[in-house]
Amino acid sequence: MNAGSAKTPKLGVQAATKIYHMASGDLLALDRCSLDVHANEIVSIVGPSGCGKTTLLWSMSGLHRLSSGTIRLDGREITGPHPDIGIVFQEANLLPWRNLDANIHFPFEIKGEKPDRAWIAHLVNRVGLDGFGGKFPRELSGGMQQRAAIVRALALKPSVLLMDEPFGALDSFTREEMNRLVEEIWLDTKTTIVFITHSIEEAIFLSDRVVVLSARPGRVAQEYRVPFARPRSLEIMATKEVFDLTNTIKMDIVGERVRPKARERGTAEIVRIRP
Amino acid sequence: MSEGDAIPEFSKTKAGAKAGEGHDVSLTNLSAFASGPGIRSGAEVAAIIAVAVVIIGGIELALRLFNVPHYIMPGPSAIAYALYDEFPLIAPHLGYTLVELVSGFSIGAIIGLVMAAVITQFPFAEKIVAPYILILVTTPMLALVPLLILRFGFGYTPRIIAVALAAGPMVMINAATGFRRVDSAKIALARSYGASTLQIFWKIRAPMALPMILVGLMIGAIFGLLTAVGAEMVGGGFGLGNRLTTYSSMIQMPQFFAVVLILSTLGILIYVLFFLIGKKWASWEA
Repeated sequence: MNAGSAKTPKLGVQAATKIYHMASGDLLALDRCSLDVHANEIVSIVGPSGCGKTTLLWSMSGLHRLSSGTIRLDGREITGPHPDIGIVFQEANLLPWRNLDANIHFPFEIKGEKPDRAWIAHLVNRVGLDGFGGKFPRELSGGMQQRAAIVRALALKPSVLLMDEPFGALDSFTREEMNRLVEEIWLDTKTTIVFITHSIEEAIFLSDRVVVLSARPGRVAQEYRVPFARPRSLEIMATKEVFDLTNTIKMDIVGERVRPKARERGTAEIVRIRP
Repeated sequence: MSEGDAIPEFSKTKAGAKAGEGHDVSLTNLSAFASGPGIRSGAEVAAIIAVAVVIIGGIELALRLFNVPHYIMPGPSAIAYALYDEFPLIAPHLGYTLVELVSGFSIGAIIGLVMAAVITQFPFAEKIVAPYILILVTTPMLALVPLLILRFGFGYTPRIIAVALAAGPMVMINAATGFRRVDSAKIALARSYGASTLQIFWKIRAPMALPMILVGLMIGAIFGLLTAVGAEMVGGGFGLGNRLTTYSSMIQMPQFFAVVLILSTLGILIYVLFFLIGKKWASWEA
């Protein structure tokens, strides 16, 4: 595929394989995992614990090098962190010695650029953090910290936003609120989003597609399209389609967990559950 | 956590207490005095003064009651008078000691900080150097003073070197502990924006290490003070340590204790200084 092609995915993962070399032996985390994410799409990745979801996401961000396989952004291979890719980490990952403003300005500081104040003000207003710029992370709730982290991730106007279990530590009400916020931001910016989660409901509510990874070594086991129009309301969560889809995915994941041995491909020896 | 170190008080757990909580965990660990929530009411001030009066007055009274001679243990009033009366004579010596302390500590702290920052970047080198650093930390540098005097004479030089030798390793070992605190998610965050190694050091590692650096600086300064006074007692004709030996040899005990009082005040001031710096610059660490 070349960059000009209409079918070039925004983010293309081809045969991604990642082996961690550890004292206790080699660990095959991803095994020839392939996945295309198209422009303006929201794709969630779910799977059993330790299936390599985070490894896949970090590889997509360029923070991890793959052992083999390629990841392409707009058709060009990614070899390191890319300014067009924003990341929202687990548990906000704000710098505790900086107030919110300084945390949000951090990306500009690293790049040596002047902060885009109008854009930041727009984002801060969009996530409802007006007037909190002088507060330190410890003075804010987990939900508010994660809002600030989202603003920071979007500050450089990335075309792809990678979210690594961003709301895993939040209570279920806050989580629903954050899910709606992510959708609002998507409606606003149409940023391509790859979202990792443990929550099937969250994945369904947010995504155009839900990708189920197999137990380690991770590969794409199933893919489901979620047909609901946007903006979605929480009411869709009570429909039979969502109920059935949730159960199907759950069975996929449980099934993967029960028979991981059957999926071994023999590229490397499995020695530990998680690095 | 600093909250855990404070004396539990029921009033503190109630509404509105959150704002007053200290977050300067590392520094408060070192002293029970500073971890308290601070003085809040006139009644507390009165109680503190009352206790002080009782203790100091009690000592004074006991010494007079049992007729303890001045050359064994002068009373608080005698010491206070000696401090007032003799201070003009002691003051220059205080100045000499401060010069030794400040210059020796600055040299030691800078070398210690740079070494900590460099050595923690190379884990393998750290392993090789570790035993020697431990020797530097555990050896009382005072032991080297006679040797230093032999080589550098009775002036400032041997004392400043001794202070730097005492303070440097303390700063280094604590700062190294701080620099070793790696939060891979925060470093990944910086890397995701393409941060250079130098940017990661200044924007992530150094701020994360700051609370431990401050602890190191404080311990280093206090060790420096001990060593400065000790070195002055070993040889040379000036400095507070020299005053101690002089007054005790002349059995001028009130003056002797006045110098001791000045030294403890110096120590407390060092503590308070770094405590306040910590409160200002490292209060984010909860």
